[in-house]
Amino acid sequence: MLGFVVRRLMSSLLVILLASFVVFAIFYLGPSNPAKPVCDAQGKCTPERLAAIEHNMGLDKNVFEAYGTFMKGVVAGREVTVGSKQYDCAAPCLGISFANGQEVTSELKKRLVPTLLVAIGGSLTYLILGVLIGVFAASKRGTIADRLLVSGSLLVSSVPYYLMCLLAWIYLTQQWSIFPETGYFPITENPFKTFTGLLLPCLVLGIASAPAYARFTRGQMVETLGDDYIRTAKAKGLPGHSVLTKHALRAAIVPIITIFGLDFGVLLGGTIFTEFIFDIDGIGRWGLLALRAPLDLPVITATVLVGSLLIVISNLLVDLTYGFLDPRVRLG
Amino acid sequence: MTTLEKTPDAGGPAGKADAPYLEVNDLTVKFPTADGLVHAVSNLSYSVELGKTLGIVGESGSGKSVSSMAVLGLHDARTARITGSIKVDGMEVVGLSDQKMRAMRGNSTAMIFQDALAALHPFYRVGAQLAEAYQIHHPGANKRDARRRAIEMLDRVGIPEPHSRVDDFPHQFSGGMRQRVMIAMGLINDPALLIADEPTTALDVTVQAQILDLLQDLQKEFNSAIVIITHDLGVIAEMADDVLVMYSGRAVEYGSCREILSHPEMPYTWGLLSSVPDVTSDPNARMIPIPGTPPSMLNPPIGCAFEARCTHSDKVGGDLCATKLPEMRPGGRGAHHLKRCHLADPDAVYAAEVLPVIAPDLAEES
Repeated sequence: MLGFVVRRLMSSLLVILLASFVVFAIFYLGPSNPAKPVCDAQGKCTPERLAAIEHNMGLDKNVFEAYGTFMKGVVAGREVTVGSKQYDCAAPCLGISFANGQEVTSELKKRLVPTLLVAIGGSLTYLILGVLIGVFAASKRGTIADRLLVSGSLLVSSVPYYLMCLLAWIYLTQQWSIFPETGYFPITENPFKTFTGLLLPCLVLGIASAPAYARFTRGQMVETLGDDYIRTAKAKGLPGHSVLTKHALRAAIVPIITIFGLDFGVLLGGTIFTEFIFDIDGIGRWGLLALRAPLDLPVITATVLVGSLLIVISNLLVDLTYGFLDPRVRLG
Repeated sequence: MTTLEKTPDAGGPAGKADAPYLEVNDLTVKFPTADGLVHAVSNLSYSVELGKTLGIVGESGSGKSVSSMAVLGLHDARTARITGSIKVDGMEVVGLSDQKMRAMRGNSTAMIFQDALAALHPFYRVGAQLAEAYQIHHPGANKRDARRRAIEMLDRVGIPEPHSRVDDFPHQFSGGMRQRVMIAMGLINDPALLIADEPTTALDVTVQAQILDLLQDLQKEFNSAIVIITHDLGVIAEMADDVLVMYSGRAVEYGSCREILSHPEMPYTWGLLSSVPDVTSDPNARMIPIPGTPPSMLNPPIGCAFEARCTHSDKVGGDLCATKLPEMRPGGRGAHHLKRCHLADPDAVYAAEVLPVIAPDLAEES
């Protein structure tokens, strides 16, 4: 078991390094030059001055060297020069934002909390809603209730997500004021306001993804209900609800949890539409804003690094829980 | 249906020595499908007394399992149409409420299935699965009682070190041991009636013999009635007191085991006997498969269902076999041996045409 975890951690580390390097290289070698706006701001931009600024910002190094400097900062901290200013960036240093001269690490920390809260609230909503609907539909398979749920979920999932967010925001908060103002309010100041501010985004995210989970759960349940051990459970004299949950759902939940873990990792990387439309200052919105010219390279690199880190971690967690959920693949 | 071999000591716990514990009368099971009505079981009748074993034999799709699952009410009421009568210990089971049915299932009437790896839940320890079967019918029993009972049953069915194996998962057992677990689960509430659906299919012959011995030992100990479903005549010969041969959803021959195996009167039973390999038999004996395939259950033929595959239908006058379904009635060997066939003198045909081919040594003796 321990050997497995260590092996997986090693390969995960490799994946993270590779992903961050690829992204770093794409933007580093790309056409946008972060030194140009700094140069322009100082009046007439001669090629000599541009070159000097590039040298100051470390943009004249080759890509491997530049990436090495960046990773050294992550591990040990470093001195960063942006424009004419010097910054003492402590480890883990992800650089200094070109846009506002703030440390990327502390900016990231600030935005991780709302993203995490939206991811938890949204994913729990769609997991619970989806599994409940899926189990119910499977138990009523072939009836009108089942058909209504299946076609209803198809209807919901065919609405584009950004449209659903917009409609919810326009009608539920602006027009009818059913929900209070959305957005992220620091949890340390007023936890209740944090809750109400994120309630609608979480619900919309949950409802939008619930149909996929409902259909997946229904499919898994229908398959499981046809298995021999379900017949055995009935032959024991167990009541229907016990057969449905303790026996059928217990087996059907394993692949559902797997998909859930992977989806959750993706959500942690930021939910761009949700954060944008509901005005939540999270990772997704931050990363998107950093893509506007001039490129805020340190922010982009940081969001990708964190995103891939979280996805790799959730993959690892899925693999580990799989062993708990299915004794046949239990390790060691 | 008359009981076949009455023994004075066949009385059950209820003391009903004469009434069979399980009595199936005119049972018909149909499944409506998109293609039409599937006639899975038609007008089936049989009975089993306590302490006795009935073997139901027939090929895949002949209605063996479907009829037995009806005894436990395991068919979905939305997809199965069941008519006729099934009496368990005098109580009518057809149309019984789900709640009353559940009280019976796994308690007084238990079922064990083939392929124990698929029939046991892969994610629960065998002890938990056994304990669950016990606790559902013993609401007063706590977890410790149920666990003790589970260990006791594992020990009883011959699983070594039951104290530690009780915490193993099904996949950690060998095939034979897993089938023992299945049997332990079926017997945990001392059922008076045990239905074993191909309990030895997919097990190798030595393990198969052990499992059959175990079932017989347990039957002696608890005096339960057993219905064993199989397509293996070897299992029938070893286990059964009575035999019911099924073909295309109907009983085609019914009688005591010795009668059926020594004097079969229905060409399908002859076919079954002809297709049994036997290493100890006459080297001149031939193994003859039954030609053709069974008829569709969607549109069963109006005459004898076996007519299309029967090599003896020409011995019946006219096109009787194709146009008229033969009744289940006693043949030339007395009231306790029923067969569904138009042949006037099946014994003579069997002795003259079938026996010399499949068992030349026996044919010479007689």
